[in-house]
Amino acid sequence: MNFVPQLINLFATLILMLSFAMISQRRIVSLINLFMLQGVALVAASILLGYATGQADLYVSAALTLLLKVILIPWMLHRVVRRLNVRWDIETLINIPTTMLVGIGLVIFSFSLALPISRLSSSMAGGALGIALSCVLLSFMMMITRSKAVPQVIGFLSMENGLIFAATTVTNGMPMIVEFGVALDVLVGVLILGVFMFQIREKFDSLDIHNLEALKED
Amino acid sequence: MNGVPNPVAWVHLDGALMVVLAWVLIGVAGVVALKRLRFIAIVLFPMSGFFSLLLLALGISAVISGPEVAILPLGLPQLPFHLRLDSLSALFLILIGGVSAGVSAFAAGYFRKGEGTPPGLICLEYHVFLASIVMLVLADDAYAFMVAWETMAFSSFFLVMANHRIPEIRNAGYLYMLVAHIGALGILLCFGVLQANTGDYTFANMRAQQLSPFWASVAFVLAVFGFGAKAGLLPLHAWLPEAHPAAPSPFSALMSGVMLKIALYGVLRVSFDLLQTRIWWWGVLLMAVGLATALFGVVFSTVQVEMKRLLAYSSIENVGLMAAGFGLSLLFSAYGMRALSALALTAALYHMLSHAFFKSLLFCSTGAVMHATGERSLGKLGGLIRTMPWVAWPTLVGALACAGLPPLGGFVAEWLLLQSFLFTTGLPSSFLNMLVPVLAALIALISALSGYTMVKYFGVIFLGQPREEKLAQAHDAGTWERIGMLWLVAGCVLLGLMPNQVIGLLDPVTQRLVGSGLAQSLAGNGWLLVPMSVERASYAPVIFLLGVLASFGLAYLLVRRLYHGRTRRAPPWDCGYPWQTMRMQDTAEGFGQPIRQIFEPMFRMRRELPTPFDAQPRYKVTFEDPLWYWLYLPIAALVERISKVIGLLQQGRIAVYLMYSFVTLIVVLLVVKQ
Amino acid sequence: MSFLGLISQLMAIAVALLLAPLMTGWVNQWRARLQNKSAPGLLQPYRVLHKLFIKESVLAEHASTLFRMTPYIVFGCMLLACAIVPTLSTDLPLSPAADAIALVGLFALARVFISLAAMDVGTAFGSLGARREMLVGFLAEPALLMILFCASMISRSTSLTTIVETLAHRELAIYPSFLLTGVAFTMVSLAENARVPVDNPDTHLELTMIHEAMILEYSGRHLALLEWAASMKLLAFSCIGLALFFPWGVAEANAPLALLLALPVLVVKLAVGGVLMALIETFSAKMRIFRVPEFLATAFLLAVIGLLVNILLGVG
Repeated sequence: MNFVPQLINLFATLILMLSFAMISQRRIVSLINLFMLQGVALVAASILLGYATGQADLYVSAALTLLLKVILIPWMLHRVVRRLNVRWDIETLINIPTTMLVGIGLVIFSFSLALPISRLSSSMAGGALGIALSCVLLSFMMMITRSKAVPQVIGFLSMENGLIFAATTVTNGMPMIVEFGVALDVLVGVLILGVFMFQIREKFDSLDIHNLEALKED
Repeated sequence: MNGVPNPVAWVHLDGALMVVLAWVLIGVAGVVALKRLRFIAIVLFPMSGFFSLLLLALGISAVISGPEVAILPLGLPQLPFHLRLDSLSALFLILIGGVSAGVSAFAAGYFRKGEGTPPGLICLEYHVFLASIVMLVLADDAYAFMVAWETMAFSSFFLVMANHRIPEIRNAGYLYMLVAHIGALGILLCFGVLQANTGDYTFANMRAQQLSPFWASVAFVLAVFGFGAKAGLLPLHAWLPEAHPAAPSPFSALMSGVMLKIALYGVLRVSFDLLQTRIWWWGVLLMAVGLATALFGVVFSTVQVEMKRLLAYSSIENVGLMAAGFGLSLLFSAYGMRALSALALTAALYHMLSHAFFKSLLFCSTGAVMHATGERSLGKLGGLIRTMPWVAWPTLVGALACAGLPPLGGFVAEWLLLQSFLFTTGLPSSFLNMLVPVLAALIALISALSGYTMVKYFGVIFLGQPREEKLAQAHDAGTWERIGMLWLVAGCVLLGLMPNQVIGLLDPVTQRLVGSGLAQSLAGNGWLLVPMSVERASYAPVIFLLGVLASFGLAYLLVRRLYHGRTRRAPPWDCGYPWQTMRMQDTAEGFGQPIRQIFEPMFRMRRELPTPFDAQPRYKVTFEDPLWYWLYLPIAALVERISKVIGLLQQGRIAVYLMYSFVTLIVVLLVVKQ
Repeated sequence: MSFLGLISQLMAIAVALLLAPLMTGWVNQWRARLQNKSAPGLLQPYRVLHKLFIKESVLAEHASTLFRMTPYIVFGCMLLACAIVPTLSTDLPLSPAADAIALVGLFALARVFISLAAMDVGTAFGSLGARREMLVGFLAEPALLMILFCASMISRSTSLTTIVETLAHRELAIYPSFLLTGVAFTMVSLAENARVPVDNPDTHLELTMIHEAMILEYSGRHLALLEWAASMKLLAFSCIGLALFFPWGVAEANAPLALLLALPVLVVKLAVGGVLMALIETFSAKMRIFRVPEFLATAFLLAVIGLLVNILLGVG
């Protein structure tokens, strides 16, 4: 039993690495696959924590994440990408090395923020709060610096991954009602965003967010 | 042992003053023989080199013995010059003596007939410069310090303007003077704060003051600002890439090798010696400024196309690294971690010593190359290793030392600095604990980039094929130049191979400044450099060098014995490419292109690209300093506007001026009435 | 310095010299097999070295002494590097002479000399190769240093033998920061040893070369020494990776039996590592040159994050 916290820390580090890999990724298909891998790591961490603490809630949460984040949403996104024929390189607002440098700054920031809080936590994986917080911030940054719609959606979803991970590790899971509510919101959000993306594509013939700026009053 | 004068052991201080006097006399002798080039070059400069060696010996002996104090009857009636020779000053005497010995020997061979200032005046300015630096290091009160500082600034100004008929050099000198005086203002204000209203400007009094944290911080920031202007810390660095190339090469060597360190001496003196409190964010500030400066300097140096500008930016980088080392030491000291503070301080001081030697060596080599070829631009040099071997091989040693490669001196300094960064997880603040290893990563990056710069410098100048026809007639260095450069090479090599002895000399300095030293842990370990314990970390440069040489020798002998050593000369293979001219190798811009591409946002770059329709296609790229446009020019514009407003006061009519006096009189009467 | 220590040091040097071309041959064999080609023999690199030593060395007309000295210097540096990395045993008398930082400095020294030698002849391809090699080096060197720092923080020492001893003795623990630094180390190894995806060692297109472009002008015994040094560098990197991430099986002081056992263990570990490297090379495509800084910057930043995770999670 001694190395359950170590395994959880390992999964946490894996999630962080995947967040970083997503920031530095150029291709949309690989981005979706990395997001799916992140979901798998999250599921594994939840199951492990559930097994260690004996709380059944975590199993349900893991199953929910598996269904949504690993199977359903990546499948939908792959379909969207194929229908809209968006396969290629992603243009970024600032170039990738600079993005990664800002990422490091965010990581330092969230780590130094999380250290005192994680000492107060009673969960066995309290040390992973900093990692979870940095995942949230990194995904947020990904949303800001990408100029196509699909990576922004993925950034939003990955942010939610980070939040769930943070809740799981520090407080051993969120109340079930909240969990279901959040999951439903995410699903609806993705559906709406999917419709949105079709509309954007029809109006402007491309998914570049910059085109939305043409909508302002002149 | 603080300040108790020992009459028998005054010999060191007296010796130093004797050297100062001798230098001033040599300078005067130079003025007397104003245009007699041969006399100045062959008699006076070597004599001054001899006195430098004397100073070096004095310094080594003085570091170990206790501090000495003296009061000179010079100066104002109530404010005589106080002098003090403690271990920190003795270390700087070693630096000054060691470097100036080599540079004076080089200068003896360097002078040729030319335009500009007559050699006698140059001799005077050079020796006044050296004398004022020694007085600066010995000064024990603010007045003597400022007199020596200003003398140093003025004499170096005249040295920079030695070829004053060229307009760029005049502009460079003007900018240099301007920034030097802005810095002097900062230093004066700092001393004003330090004396804390007691009216006594001696350093002994300043040490005894207990300033509140606010005023101590004000003094510290003013010191960093004032001395940083002279050292070339960001953002007051703009004068360095202009002034160092403008001066003749031996003086660029002295300025880069010695004068920048003297500015850092000021920072050390104020923050470690005169201020009694240590606050943690001082160290962080100094580290941040130092690392920003270092990164800026190294990135700019990789894209330069002129020899001396490249070395000037490289000096900015090294000064930044030294400042970062001092900052780390301050940080540790503020938290009471003395042993680590001593480690960081030793690393920074070691870097100072090795930089003094290798940078002077590199500048001397540019002098020799410029003499032989008449070119300063990297695009017109090349292949000089064949015609100028006596310059090329010492320069190789200097370039390897600058790149921080083992087993030379630059590596030892970097090794010690990285060791001190590694042990920072003991700091109480978690944010600092995480920030400092990231800063270590930045230092590793900066030193890797400096390796890039040095490969570019050495490769473009000395290797490859000559890019101009006339380079085939380049003549090698003369005897005095060789002696000077070999002395500096010996310094680099000794600093690399005998770190234990050098740290033995640095130990009294760190003991005095932070209360701890490395000598104890080094004592039991023979030839190994062991800062903490053998299990923790160790490095033995002599064994390292012997290992590489032994493998070299064995490989050579075995191959020759088991196989053969036949060679044949033929035209270069070049992949069978039929046309080959000397212009097909990389230019200086070409070699720096990858760095330019990665760090593009940092430069203000303007490019002129050729079109396919040009009859004579041209490619031109210029790099400019963005801080010049963001900081200096707006401030200059602001100053002009303010002057215009104030200029309105000058009407030219007598009635108006009389009215000014009248109004002032009334105001004064009103005030007195209160 | 005990007698056993001397023996283990000499054995380490001998193993490095003799095993390095074998490792290169093994990796080449597997690459060929994975790409459905017929593989060269396992001992082919030895035959190549022998052939090169027999041949006369042809030098460019204006090549300088630096050009002639460089192969020996590079060979010497790589031999010293292999001597201080704990391959078979941690009882190495030479190891106090150079620690992890000095090891990185040793690689940097070799890199600088070979870049200077490439610029010496003054052809277009030589300086191209030199420029690119320094570009790879300026990012790979700090990344390697950070990876070694991460290991140093856990074992509280920068001496390689102490690191190996500490890591081997710790109870079986999973260090999350090692995940990050492991990925970073793989990327740095590929870059420093001129493997796909950074540089293709089999290429004959000069414009895509990095490492090969620098040794274009060398022939005969000089080329043999440089090729040998390159395979020793590959061996040294593999051994560093094994020492940091799989340190079990390395003998310690006063354990002669363990020393004998360490050799087969090393061979097995290197064989597995070689197959993995061949797999990575087959599954990736060579990157464009101006993507290489991004690749290496990712490795550098991953190593820095590994360091930070180490501090965050306490033990690491």
